[in-house]
Amino acid sequence: MDGDHALAEGALAAGCRFFAGYPITPSTETAERFAERAPEVGALFIQMEDELASIAALIGAAWAGQKCMTVTCGPGFSLMTENIGLAAMTETPLVIANVQRGGPSTGLPTLTAQQDMMQAKYGPHGDNAMIALCPDSPQECFDLTVEAFNLSEFYRVPVIILTDETVGHMHEKVVIPPADQIKVVPRNNYSGPKEDCRPYKFDSKGGHPMVRAGDGYNFHITGLVHNEMGYPVMTADQGKIVVTHLMEKINSNADDIIRLEEDQVEGADIVVVSYGITSRIAVKAIQDARKEGIKVGSLRLITIWPFCEKRISELSGKVKAFVVPEINYGQMVREVERCAHGRSEVISVNHCGGAVHDPEVILDAIRKANK
Amino acid sequence: MSTDIKKFKSESPMSGVLRMDRMPHIWCPGCGIGSEVNAFAEAVKRSGIDPKKLVVVSGIGCTGRVAGYVDFDSIHTTHGRAIPVATGVKLANPELTVVVFSGEGDLTGIGGNHLIHAARRNMDLIVICNNNFTYGMTGGQVTPTTPSTAIASTTPYGNYEYPFSLPFLVDAAGGTYIARWTSMHARNVTQSIEEALQRKGFSFIEIISPCTTLYLRRNRLGDGVDMLQDYQEKTILKHGADTRETAIDFQGKIVIGKFVDKDKPTYLEAVDKCCIKLVGDDYQLYGKTIPEREAEAKAEKERVAARRAAVLATEEKKAVTKVSAKIPVKKAPAKVTKKAKPKTAIKAVAKKATAKTTVKAVAKKVAAKTTVKAVAKKAAAKTTVKAVAKKVAPKTSVKAVAKKATAKAPVKKTRK
Repeated sequence: MDGDHALAEGALAAGCRFFAGYPITPSTETAERFAERAPEVGALFIQMEDELASIAALIGAAWAGQKCMTVTCGPGFSLMTENIGLAAMTETPLVIANVQRGGPSTGLPTLTAQQDMMQAKYGPHGDNAMIALCPDSPQECFDLTVEAFNLSEFYRVPVIILTDETVGHMHEKVVIPPADQIKVVPRNNYSGPKEDCRPYKFDSKGGHPMVRAGDGYNFHITGLVHNEMGYPVMTADQGKIVVTHLMEKINSNADDIIRLEEDQVEGADIVVVSYGITSRIAVKAIQDARKEGIKVGSLRLITIWPFCEKRISELSGKVKAFVVPEINYGQMVREVERCAHGRSEVISVNHCGGAVHDPEVILDAIRKANK
Repeated sequence: MSTDIKKFKSESPMSGVLRMDRMPHIWCPGCGIGSEVNAFAEAVKRSGIDPKKLVVVSGIGCTGRVAGYVDFDSIHTTHGRAIPVATGVKLANPELTVVVFSGEGDLTGIGGNHLIHAARRNMDLIVICNNNFTYGMTGGQVTPTTPSTAIASTTPYGNYEYPFSLPFLVDAAGGTYIARWTSMHARNVTQSIEEALQRKGFSFIEIISPCTTLYLRRNRLGDGVDMLQDYQEKTILKHGADTRETAIDFQGKIVIGKFVDKDKPTYLEAVDKCCIKLVGDDYQLYGKTIPEREAEAKAEKERVAARRAAVLATEEKKAVTKVSAKIPVKKAPAKVTKKAKPKTAIKAVAKKATAKTTVKAVAKKVAAKTTVKAVAKKAAAKTTVKAVAKKVAPKTSVKAVAKKATAKAPVKKTRK
């Protein structure tokens, strides 16, 4: 199964029964898979008129009680950003997969890239913290989609899966466990008395129930700054309360959210920080470097956002250098630099997209860092 | 004063339908949106539908604020995206009745693509479009429906673009119920919304409305009352009109009425039809088979009908007492207002072209409730229309006496 299909299967396994999408290479296969599977599993697929409509439909569907997902890539993701902001502001759980392709603009529609890393976090205007996950294989496309749904349900945020064309079109073995072995966070709908019903609770925590349309609570939600009733309150003071909550419900729970994969990081001189398809290319460079006697560790970011500030900070000063290969002009490397506090060297191994790195380039960077 | 407002909020006939804790609203004195919201609330009450199963979705702008004032599940979305959000709500839970209430800039400008596609799919939505020819919230810019030559803040020398005729647009896109009224036709708006609430498929109700603060002022068209009088004079009731002939010129005639009302399978019915062929009788959507869903819908329809009958019975009782109290004031016994059906209405009116009609309409609006009494009488030589519109709202107080006497205008009715 390829990565795109695994995304659709992961969504179904997580209980997603509503999918609104718009065709765009290289993500279309996910929509096709979902459309094919929908009738037999009692789900609904709709191809909307554009990406603006797709993400908007998800917001409606989420408040009407469904777990829902869409998939896209760069140009479509750009169109979605406004309503990703609305989803963040209205604390709407939904999942968006971005199967990245080369940009900017129409760029390289059929070729790989990792150029939307910053857009995933900073795309929508205003301040809101995001969760973004980055699978490196079709198996992880499945696993992380389930994980994305669980995080989005608990924290009530849009969660973004940042995969790429290579993983999306890569065919590998995908093990789908029996349903009872998949950890799924169910939708938590409010069921208490009407007078106590609040769509929001601004306490910088997750775990608050949704209110479902049709349950008689007459909720109101808006993209305006609002109070816990959901009513607009357009003051600087209320803005502070809302924005702080949106940021801190992710930032202050970062330790619970962040997942990393480490290999021989302790005692390493050089640590390669990578993610997605690039981490699999880096494996070859790391193995070759170790053969040359260089103490190299690997730190793979499974969770991209929130960023693993703490771990990089801990390692900074202990390691000589961080080597950061990525298929963009240098995006996550800035985060690594920020968290290294100047105590370790940070080397960017960038690539303008359209292909994966040559492992030799990463190996050269490791050698250079070790000098 | 504060106690009065409290009392008003608790005693208002609209409490339970509108969020009285959010009053007063933001709309300007003379704006048509308030009347439209009242007409909508009245329609919901009369329709018998379960208010718990009603969701109202708005976009951005003055009309976009409607969602914030109705006491139902309500979603205030981003600019232009009300229809796709509503589509998501409807598809995620087909039991819900979903109403989109927004302005023409939101629905046909930035959100135009969604409008035509929802109409094309015959998505089971009711779209109420307040058309005031301007972007009010941002200060009166030109919109896709602003008539040519009209002044807007971004067309200071007159609009040189061609406007949309919305009934034509939605008809061409595939809408299955299309009506147009003005905000003066509160009773007709209520009736149209009631009809839409009883039917399936994509319903589009356009309401021409005065933006007193911007459009009227810039174009020197007077205030809200002048415009209502204008609507009285310039509207032509034409049920079943060809939507190609519904264009609006600057201060020209406005064709109103119910233009389209036809049956066509909705999006979800089309999905069901396809999937049952594919999967067989076991086909389920969200865990429910088609017969299960149909049984539920039927039961709900019966409950709605029962509630509606109860509401109408109470209203009739009230109406009888009111009419008997008023009629003695009139000189002659009033003839019953003609209640022609859409198709026959045009013929009926045309026949009367030679005859002369006197219509006295008294529209009275207190706080949030609308009561319209119309007495139509046939007289000898001319058509006379007298309208008294009175409105008392929390923020506004508008009194209007509109008088009109024309010789030829053959079509002049206050209700169908």
